[in-house]
Amino acid sequence: MSRKRIVTLTINGDQVELLCEPRQTLLEVLRDTLEMTGTKEGCSNGNCGACTVVMDGRPVVSCLVLAVEAEGAEIRTIEGVARGSHLDEVQSAFLEGAALQCGICTPGFILQTECLLAENPSPTEDEIRFYLAGNLCRCTGYDKIVRAVQVAAEKRQLAKS
Amino acid sequence: MATVNNPKQNPKYKVIGTRPVRHDGADKVTGRAKYGADIKLTGMLYGAMLRSPHAHARIVSIDTSKAEALPGVRAVATSADLPEQGDRVVELGEGSANMRHLSANILAREKVLYKGHAIAAVAADNIHIAEEAVKLIAVQYELLPPVLDVRKAMEDDAPILNDDIRTESVGSAPPGNDSKPTNIAKHFVFEKGDLAAGFAAADVIVEREFDTSMVHQGYIEPHNATVLWNTDGKITVWLSTQGSFSARQQTAELLKVPISSVKVIPTEIGGGFGGKISVYLPPVAAVLSKKSGRPVKLIMSRTSVFEATGPTPGSHMRVKLGATKDGKLVAGEAWIAFEAGAYTGSPIGAACMCIFACYDLPNGRVEGFDVCVNKPRTNAYRAPGSTHVAFATETLVDEICRQIGMDPADFRLKNAAKEGVRRVDGPVYARVGMVETIEAIKNSEHYKTPLEGKYRGRGIATGFWFNCGLKSAASATVNPDGTVSLMEGSTDIGGSRTGIAMQLAEALGIRAEEVTPTVGDTDSVGYCDVTGGSRVTFATGIAAIEAAKDIQRQLVDRAAMLWEVEPSQVSYHAGAVHGPEGKTLSFKEMADKLHATGGAVIGRGTSSAANQAGAFGTHCVDVEVDPELGKVQILRYTAAQDAGTAIHPSYVEGQIQGGVVQGIGWALNEEYWYDERGDMRNSTYLDYRMPTCYDVPMIDTIIVEVPDPQHPYGVRGVGEVPICPPPAAIANAIYDAIGVRMHQLPMSPPRLLSEILKKPQ
Amino acid sequence: MPCVYIPRSMIEFTDGVEVVEVAGSNLGQVIDNLEQRFPGIKARLCQNDGIRPGLMVSVAGSIATLGLLQRTGADAEIHFLPAIGGG
Repeated sequence: MSRKRIVTLTINGDQVELLCEPRQTLLEVLRDTLEMTGTKEGCSNGNCGACTVVMDGRPVVSCLVLAVEAEGAEIRTIEGVARGSHLDEVQSAFLEGAALQCGICTPGFILQTECLLAENPSPTEDEIRFYLAGNLCRCTGYDKIVRAVQVAAEKRQLAKS
Repeated sequence: MATVNNPKQNPKYKVIGTRPVRHDGADKVTGRAKYGADIKLTGMLYGAMLRSPHAHARIVSIDTSKAEALPGVRAVATSADLPEQGDRVVELGEGSANMRHLSANILAREKVLYKGHAIAAVAADNIHIAEEAVKLIAVQYELLPPVLDVRKAMEDDAPILNDDIRTESVGSAPPGNDSKPTNIAKHFVFEKGDLAAGFAAADVIVEREFDTSMVHQGYIEPHNATVLWNTDGKITVWLSTQGSFSARQQTAELLKVPISSVKVIPTEIGGGFGGKISVYLPPVAAVLSKKSGRPVKLIMSRTSVFEATGPTPGSHMRVKLGATKDGKLVAGEAWIAFEAGAYTGSPIGAACMCIFACYDLPNGRVEGFDVCVNKPRTNAYRAPGSTHVAFATETLVDEICRQIGMDPADFRLKNAAKEGVRRVDGPVYARVGMVETIEAIKNSEHYKTPLEGKYRGRGIATGFWFNCGLKSAASATVNPDGTVSLMEGSTDIGGSRTGIAMQLAEALGIRAEEVTPTVGDTDSVGYCDVTGGSRVTFATGIAAIEAAKDIQRQLVDRAAMLWEVEPSQVSYHAGAVHGPEGKTLSFKEMADKLHATGGAVIGRGTSSAANQAGAFGTHCVDVEVDPELGKVQILRYTAAQDAGTAIHPSYVEGQIQGGVVQGIGWALNEEYWYDERGDMRNSTYLDYRMPTCYDVPMIDTIIVEVPDPQHPYGVRGVGEVPICPPPAAIANAIYDAIGVRMHQLPMSPPRLLSEILKKPQ
Repeated sequence: MPCVYIPRSMIEFTDGVEVVEVAGSNLGQVIDNLEQRFPGIKARLCQNDGIRPGLMVSVAGSIATLGLLQRTGADAEIHFLPAIGGG
């Protein structure tokens, strides 16, 4: 077993220093070392998107990122989406639109949506579906998720103007 | 394009039919909700499993010594650590189970019967050490030939999986041969009327053979369990489960400990669809915890979930239907073989009862077989058995309609199951809503809009599921500020705690936001049967309504005390107590006076006698087929379903949409792909291809309301029916598009292309 | 009187009669009375003090949830079916 490494990174705006083994993924370290269990594990090989976090502005599947790779990175997880004690537009839209049933895929979808809207503030339905195609949901059939993203995009645009 | 038809807000109800934000919503969108894998306890160990690399083998020896010696390993378990079960069959609430088989399924005894079959488990300081230790366990196998095809497994010379299985006959099936072991675990026959006379009266007869592949529920959260076997002998299980009480009973039976020593705390559950009713991990984690003296967490890998939990069977079916030239169904015959997997227990019984359930069929015969093959033991998947047979029957109905030149919706209306119709397996329908769902599709904008374009086609299909009643319990406490804390025991897969809270709120005349629902553990609430069978909004709703009535009775007594009158002079309605001379106190005002009038008011309620009459859904789908690739694009989908009364329409729509998309995956891409060794070659989400949001359009829903008289508000369960029609509707649409009839699922591009190429150009 | 639809695999006990009218105000009484007329049939329907695991009973169109204590009204139709579970 290799010696543990010290990794320093920024998570949700806070600087974090942690010890990890080289073989540990970012997902494992978030969940087990930092006890930030909002990021979920669905498949461990990058196919379901439940473990999506934002790393230096890009959505990544944290089960395929080694923790040591996150040295110096800026990470945003589901725990960093709400603004203080207020849900942001994406979270509210998901809730009001009933865009979740069991909720296990929801953190991943929310973060992927945040990245989508940062890149493309007024996406079409096709653009939304394409961008979210890496996030699997088995409960909702995606209909209400796509609608929630549309509502969130509109709300965010309105808030800006 | 979206034409979601909302049921009109019923003026009778204040809360029912509205769309409040779910009570557990804040936790779910902020990552605070605790699912099973999120549980962390002091001193917790992490477990890993050793699973069989072979589909069929005798276990000659297991040597765990090297694993036990690895630093950081705290305990190792094999089937030797589980008690012998003998020949026990135990009633587990939603069906019975052979305990010897259930035990061997979670930790193999003399044989392994499928690749991935669990053999041993290790608990260690971290998951990496546990996984390394698993590799150090040495097992000697005597390889046996696997049998993977359901018809081959029925042959006399097939390799036998279980020496103790003899064919059990049900219905009219002749008694089985008791003398030698067989893979045919069950044989069903149901008959009605005179089959020969029926077919003799038919002007058109269609007979086809169908094959469907094994598919998985695909829940995104893998199975998990954290167990502490405490020093006082109490076993606490934190579990992702569809039924805490069933899990408690299964765990206690498998460990042979009293039920009272097991407590199951249901964590939030990330999907179930029937696949999280049987337990796989708790007894194993319990043994590891007992041996190590520490809590142990076991989480299945995605590969293990595919290979070693409970997918739905693949099947072979031969179905024949006969009708007159003016569209009256006169006879139906079916032969169905379902893969049971390693041990008996496929939903073949339900399939036999569902196959002609949508129609008034005067003469019928259904024969079904539950057949063991070297695949994981199959289990419930959303209306288990019904999707398979709907694929067959609804395809044949479509063929008949074309032959006699009749509109498929009209054909269904003419032959529809309705109140008073007797099913082939015997029972007579009470008030059901099949006709209404067909009419809803017939009158829908979708159906009335002509479909234009090359290689485009439209298909419709109907599906049925019984829906269960079973038992539920709830208790509710009135808080001083006029809110109510509701405790119920139905694990919440899809937002049901809100639907139940809404029913309580309606009954008390308060708002949904004024109820705080909690899903309790097995020590906190009365017995609740599983969250499955489309029963929770129905039965646990009834329990909550009974609890509300109990609260009303107590408030009446308190008001009588306050007003110094007889309770018989006081009544509760419209959210308030009403006494003589126009005296009235609202629920909130009464709540404020509880301490002064005798303390806590706790209402309790149960549901047990109420049962559901059955639910129907009719779907319409437009597809476009790429004739060069065999790829099917879903252009438009409308699903009409009878929900009785929609409590929270958003979640009714959600159940329909989710079931439809699972059905689309089942129709077009999902299958267990086995090689000749019995190895599932596509056990990841990359190759076990479930629909992504890019694969499907918006799913339009039409909620039809034919209230079920057995529920105070008329609720009918909606969770399962939506998965039944899609494969057949899509198959019918494909035929309409390119003139190719598919009789195999999935209708994946290679299969469809191969059929397209067979057609003369 | 309640009427019992005899499962075809048990028709040997009733000498081929498929539907039998049997008195009884609950399922237990009906089965006991059935056993009186057709000895041996009870063992196929019951185990210990309840309905045999793997079987469920439909009484007047509804699945019985109280086992042998399920009330059987005047014209109730009684069918014995394979137990089914939902998903």
